[in-house]
Amino acid sequence: MRRKLIATVLAGVFGFAGTSFAADNSVEVLHWWTSGGEAAALNVLKGNLEKQGIKWNDMPVAGGGGEAAMTAVRARVTAGNPPTAVQMLGFDITDWGKQGVVADLNDVASKEGWDKTVPAALQKFSKYNGKWIASPVNVHSTNWVWANKEVLAKAGVTSEPKTWDEFMAAAQKVQKAGFIALAHGGQPWQDATLFDGVAISTGGVDYYRKALIDLDQKTINSPTTEKVFQRMSQLRKLVDKDFSGRDWNVASGMVISGKAGFQMMGDWAKGEFINAKKVPGKDFLCFRTPGTQGVVSFNSDQFVMFKVGADKSAAQAKLASAIMDPGFQSAFNVVKGSVPARTDVPDTAFDACGKKGMKDLAEANKNNTLVGSMAHGHAVPASIKNAIYDVVTRHFNGQLDDKKAVAALAAAVKQ
Amino acid sequence: MADRRSTGFGADRIFLYAVLLCLALLFLLPVYVMVCNSVKPLDEIRGGNLMALPIVWTIEPWLTAWSTAQIGVQPTGLRPYFLNSFLLVVPAVAISTLIGALNGYILTQFRFRGANLLFAAMLFSVFIPFQIVLIPMAKTLGILGLAGTVKGLVFVNVVYGIGFTTLFFRNYYAAFPHELIRSARMDGADFFGVLFRILLPSSGPIIVVTVIWQFTNIWNEFLFGASFSDYSSFPITVALNNLVNSSTGVKEYNVHFAGAFIAAVPTLVVYLISGKYFVRGLMAGSVKG
Amino acid sequence: MRAGALPKLLLSPSVLLVLVCVYGYIMFTIYLSFTSSTLMPSYEWAGTASYQRLFAQENWRIALSNLWVFASLYIGVAVVLGLGFAILIDQHIRAEGAFRSIFLYPMALSFIVTGTAWKWLLDPGVGLEHTMHNIGWESFAFGWIKDSDMAIYCVVIAAVWQTTGFVMALFLAGLRGVDAEQISAARVDGARTWQIYLHIIIPQLGPVFVSAFVILAHMAIKSYDLVIALTNGGPGRSTWLPSVFMYQYSFTRNEMSVGAASAVMMLAAIGLVVLPYLFSEMLKLKNG
Repeated sequence: MRRKLIATVLAGVFGFAGTSFAADNSVEVLHWWTSGGEAAALNVLKGNLEKQGIKWNDMPVAGGGGEAAMTAVRARVTAGNPPTAVQMLGFDITDWGKQGVVADLNDVASKEGWDKTVPAALQKFSKYNGKWIASPVNVHSTNWVWANKEVLAKAGVTSEPKTWDEFMAAAQKVQKAGFIALAHGGQPWQDATLFDGVAISTGGVDYYRKALIDLDQKTINSPTTEKVFQRMSQLRKLVDKDFSGRDWNVASGMVISGKAGFQMMGDWAKGEFINAKKVPGKDFLCFRTPGTQGVVSFNSDQFVMFKVGADKSAAQAKLASAIMDPGFQSAFNVVKGSVPARTDVPDTAFDACGKKGMKDLAEANKNNTLVGSMAHGHAVPASIKNAIYDVVTRHFNGQLDDKKAVAALAAAVKQ
Repeated sequence: MADRRSTGFGADRIFLYAVLLCLALLFLLPVYVMVCNSVKPLDEIRGGNLMALPIVWTIEPWLTAWSTAQIGVQPTGLRPYFLNSFLLVVPAVAISTLIGALNGYILTQFRFRGANLLFAAMLFSVFIPFQIVLIPMAKTLGILGLAGTVKGLVFVNVVYGIGFTTLFFRNYYAAFPHELIRSARMDGADFFGVLFRILLPSSGPIIVVTVIWQFTNIWNEFLFGASFSDYSSFPITVALNNLVNSSTGVKEYNVHFAGAFIAAVPTLVVYLISGKYFVRGLMAGSVKG
Repeated sequence: MRAGALPKLLLSPSVLLVLVCVYGYIMFTIYLSFTSSTLMPSYEWAGTASYQRLFAQENWRIALSNLWVFASLYIGVAVVLGLGFAILIDQHIRAEGAFRSIFLYPMALSFIVTGTAWKWLLDPGVGLEHTMHNIGWESFAFGWIKDSDMAIYCVVIAAVWQTTGFVMALFLAGLRGVDAEQISAARVDGARTWQIYLHIIIPQLGPVFVSAFVILAHMAIKSYDLVIALTNGGPGRSTWLPSVFMYQYSFTRNEMSVGAASAVMMLAAIGLVVLPYLFSEMLKLKNG
């Protein structure tokens, strides 16, 4: 009888120990990097984790820069089985932090010194209430122009335009030479990306902050804003008649193939050029949106860590750490076209545009001219961002004149 | 027209065939574009005319879409997700057809208070937009412990199939000859006896209608598939979406078209095989109100 | 026969599921529409604020006017074409099976597939317009999909293509169920084919029209995937439908309570249209 009792107790103890302390060495990652270069780059992370004995369970949901993925996340969190990590941008991260369903990464962060190596402007999104909740993977910036060198040469454009007027003059030369001046895709977020650059170029970084981050009504209802919309109308005249609805990478393709001269797009466009075996400086140029050199409007992909059971936290911490590994940051960003989120990663592996990007970032970080991109969810929360999209896209499509657009913008941000 | 047996070649008939042929070609146009461009190499698509026949024929895009295309981090193609979809669709269709038959039987062969109201309530349920359902169903699945599983997806698809399957069977059984059932009952058949020995064996046509309808809807369903699954259970619609809607990288249109076709093969097969039974099934009373 | 306990018992799981997962969720959505939910449901009462915000949205006005245009064209054209195809096929043609399959197969395709294929065909740069230009017809213009005013008609075209076959199948079944004797009698009286169709057959297809209407209306309401695949709501917001509005505000714009309010409005509209049909069904059932 006593032996049976001991056996039962022992079985209970070991069984209990077995189930509660058996760590789950896998992570489930929800993201929308489902193609070519980025998927390959993410595969590097997968490989790094596998070397540490962690299995990567992939949950890709493509589309719309994360739209479908964000919907799926809501369902997963509501159902009580969130993925280990989810790719997210800007204010979405903050919104999820508010819900109280995210993990606390302070242990890993303080051990590895993230506070010192990640720019403050990014930390605004990576942390909530003083706790680290996400690992930033990269820093994209949106105020770039990409140009086909040969097209420019044929049009008689000899130097990179540095001011708005120089740019407009160059664009008109390109048009006269029979090319499309500005390759653009008429989707609301692309129109808004143009808007970001034009706003900084027209009013400077202070205007941008006051109008699009602080949402100051007086700043919005000012002649500067009208000038911004006027410049947007100028850009509208530079696009071809089929711009509506075009995907951004098809627009990049127009510059790559020599049909168009310029594209104003974030530095993920560089990936398209590299994939087409074009060399920066030789085949294509990368320069800041005229008038915005010295300012970097950024967006940063971050992997938000959700609260998962105690058995999964060890693996989650390793994932968070692996994302911040300098070697991975370098490898990933070389492919993606962005720059590392850590400021202490050497730029040796990066091409000319990448090196410039890293230099600009460090400079902007130092001079406090690193601002979140409105078009990519890093200036205002989603509801306001989309309301601004509505105004910008209606204006770009000719449904609002410049003055009405200013009034509409002022109304849109009042929520 | 029920009694005309016209096989002549008068001007009327030629005109009729001509019209039908034109319409048929128009209807086939999108599929022609898809198939034709799925066997062209990418530069031919980029440079050329989407309606032109391929100059170079290649089966690469189909192989890529099946087994090497990038769906997520790993280049697995659509193949693994095919199985997930079958594991979801087969049980879901079987269960919802059975439920439809059961409900149709009960609603037409038995009198009880509120029967009509219940049927109307079930019918109205087909109109619910799935976006409304997302959050509360996620909570429900979480409570039931079905979140992220194929069983959960089966459950969701069965629930939202109740309306239509009940409608199909109820209308079919409403037109079923009463004498057969009455005589079976007099011979001592009980509840299940009537269902399994009299009704179901004669329900061929409506079973086909129901299976086609449910198979198509569930196989092609995306929102639930993306939101209620996890890495191990997501269906082919999610995989296809990942193939076609990637935000970056070279758009390999030929692979996209090949993939779209591969994803559509089961439903197309179901339609082609059972097409004529489909119309027969609709004829057999399901349509008459 | 009077229902004992067993039938009622066996019906109750379906009733329970529909009660909870349809009507329960509708109640939940109605409640949400009176809160201030943003990213996820919050249960703080906020009165009619979301409805006020809803009605102030230009996007909602666009969605509603698009729904009106889309639904009426989609249902109207699909019914007319479906009936037309059915009559044509009903003429005892050879290869009836093949024609029927050709018209029916689009229904088998998912909206992602349909949207992608039509997006290509309708794109002026690579599709029909480009092809026509290539073969010499320079003045052919079909850039509707890039035109804010015309893009919604492209959605109609794709949607009609997808479901006309199914409507045709419904009508074909209905046509074949018409009483043969009436037709022979009319023929004996010398009526021409088209007169027979117009005066005898079509009037008897009443229930089929109603079924077709219900199915088409249901697809028009749910047409989110098709719009997104075809135009992504664009150009700008010009092809938004209420289903797109609901999704965007609930999930992308983090304004869940406004999305819920739009859902309530949609359900109310559906109810208005469908309930009369349901009532007439119930009356018919009561009267035998």
